[in-house]
Amino acid sequence: MKEIRIHGRGGQGSVTAAELLAIAAFEDGRYSQAFPSFGVERRGAPVMAFVRLSGHKIRLRSQVYEPDYVIVQDATLIESVDVAGGLKSDGMIIVNTEHDPENLALETEAAVRTIDATRISLDLIGKPIMNTVMLGAFAGASREVAAESIKHAVRDRFPGDVGEKNALAVQRAYDMMGVS
Amino acid sequence: MELEGGIRVVEGSYAVAHAVAMCRPDVISAYPITPQTHIVEDLSQFVADGVIDSKYINVESEFSALSALVGSSAAGARTYSATTSQGLELMHEVLFNAAGMRLPIVMTIVNRSVSAPINIWNDHQDSIAQRDTGWIQLYVEDAQELVDTMVQAYLIAEDPLVSLPVMVCMDGFILSHVFEPVNLLDQKAVDSFLPPFKPVAVLDPDDPKSFGMFVNPDYYTEFRYLVEEAIERSRIKIRDAAHRFESAFGRYYGDLIDTYQTDGAEILLVAMGSLIGTLRDVVDDLRSKGVPVGLLKIRSFRPFPAEEIAKAVAGAKVIAVLEKDISLGTGEGALVTEIKAALYNRDIRVPVLGFVIGLGGRDIPVGTIQRIVDKAEDVIKHGITVENEFVDLKREILNG
Repeated sequence: MKEIRIHGRGGQGSVTAAELLAIAAFEDGRYSQAFPSFGVERRGAPVMAFVRLSGHKIRLRSQVYEPDYVIVQDATLIESVDVAGGLKSDGMIIVNTEHDPENLALETEAAVRTIDATRISLDLIGKPIMNTVMLGAFAGASREVAAESIKHAVRDRFPGDVGEKNALAVQRAYDMMGVS
Repeated sequence: MELEGGIRVVEGSYAVAHAVAMCRPDVISAYPITPQTHIVEDLSQFVADGVIDSKYINVESEFSALSALVGSSAAGARTYSATTSQGLELMHEVLFNAAGMRLPIVMTIVNRSVSAPINIWNDHQDSIAQRDTGWIQLYVEDAQELVDTMVQAYLIAEDPLVSLPVMVCMDGFILSHVFEPVNLLDQKAVDSFLPPFKPVAVLDPDDPKSFGMFVNPDYYTEFRYLVEEAIERSRIKIRDAAHRFESAFGRYYGDLIDTYQTDGAEILLVAMGSLIGTLRDVVDDLRSKGVPVGLLKIRSFRPFPAEEIAKAVAGAKVIAVLEKDISLGTGEGALVTEIKAALYNRDIRVPVLGFVIGLGGRDIPVGTIQRIVDKAEDVIKHGITVENEFVDLKREILNG
């Protein structure tokens, strides 16, 4: 089983990202589970969402304490939240930032990958909503889920032009992270 | 537009709403309250879109929601509501009326703690506090069991030999807000499983009757006895519904209880609701390390499965009950008290430990359960030292 923790701020679509990832992974033929950290959701406040992926039915209902992957939608969270907490040493953390991995104040033995998702979402979607971009980056860096499945889930949730733009952004992030 | 069946990743709340829609309720009435809200939003959307042919009655409180269903059900309608926490407590008086009038109303309870202090997260205090109202109470462990149990609930409630209301209890947020794969039911399959509601007696101006009328001491005891007799008969119907559902849909969750890895189990864990899933993982893990641990899931809390529990625990050396409620003034949860009561006159003398856990949404990690198993092992060796405890109590907060 693979466990993923998504950090963001209220309004950045972290819970939606978790849901879309679960839908996409299920399309790939894996069992999936996505749930929020059940906080009182306020715009701008730190939030978490969790995803589990497995070849077997998922029965575990606790929060994720030792994730295989961490996705950080907003690099300013690093100052106030222990985003790498519990991350497995052979795991990976993917941060949305314009900076390089070595310039981030992260204490982890896990692989650190960065992507300027906000820039991609501004360029391709026209809004600083980077959750789908981060999913593309996750798919590219981890290969845990197919880019096509993410794009399908995104188009299904946001029909029409919005979905198409998001799918384009997913592919862009996937391609950028795929070359490591 | 029609609601489609089939396996999809959906939110637990949507899965409930979909299942309820497949049961074709005539009347839905509810008042929104976290974390039940998504269920009734989805249902009101179905009604507004004309996807289902139900009458949705908007009300100003939970008291009115259930009162509207009492009237509707007495008039012969299949009825549905969902609520939680303070909303359920506000219904308290009407819950007794619905059962006493023998109305087969079905509700989903999205389990949440009760105030004060106010807290929106999961525990079982809200429905446990309604245990004496005459409602059948079924608890589920995942979204699929929830879907399947909603359909079974109508079959049980509307059986003329039962004719009692049913609450299907699901853990707030943990199940209401989870996205996971669910096999959503197909309308035709549900239609052939669940016949239309045929009420025993209906309110009809052309054939006047009284429901829930005044009775003097000459009759009151008999009415109460009849409710007890009916909920007693529901045991067979809960079993029947589970087996009939298995024949029709191929899924089975136990009848009043379910057992897991109980063969040769010296340590028996007992719980209700979504914690069961986590416990199954822990049991598998410990079994692979040679720890003789098993699991007993309480699916029906009312009627209480005393006979089934007694049978299931017969070979165990210690029973650890993990529950998300506290019966204040007894020092323990309601479930552990009832389990001890179930064993006493059957002369079964297995040590029974009570663990109050997961109150107000406190997460239950695997490590916490392992510590409980360690304590239970210790009781096998040394006997009971602590009969009940609040798990992971933060002394530093109590001491200011």
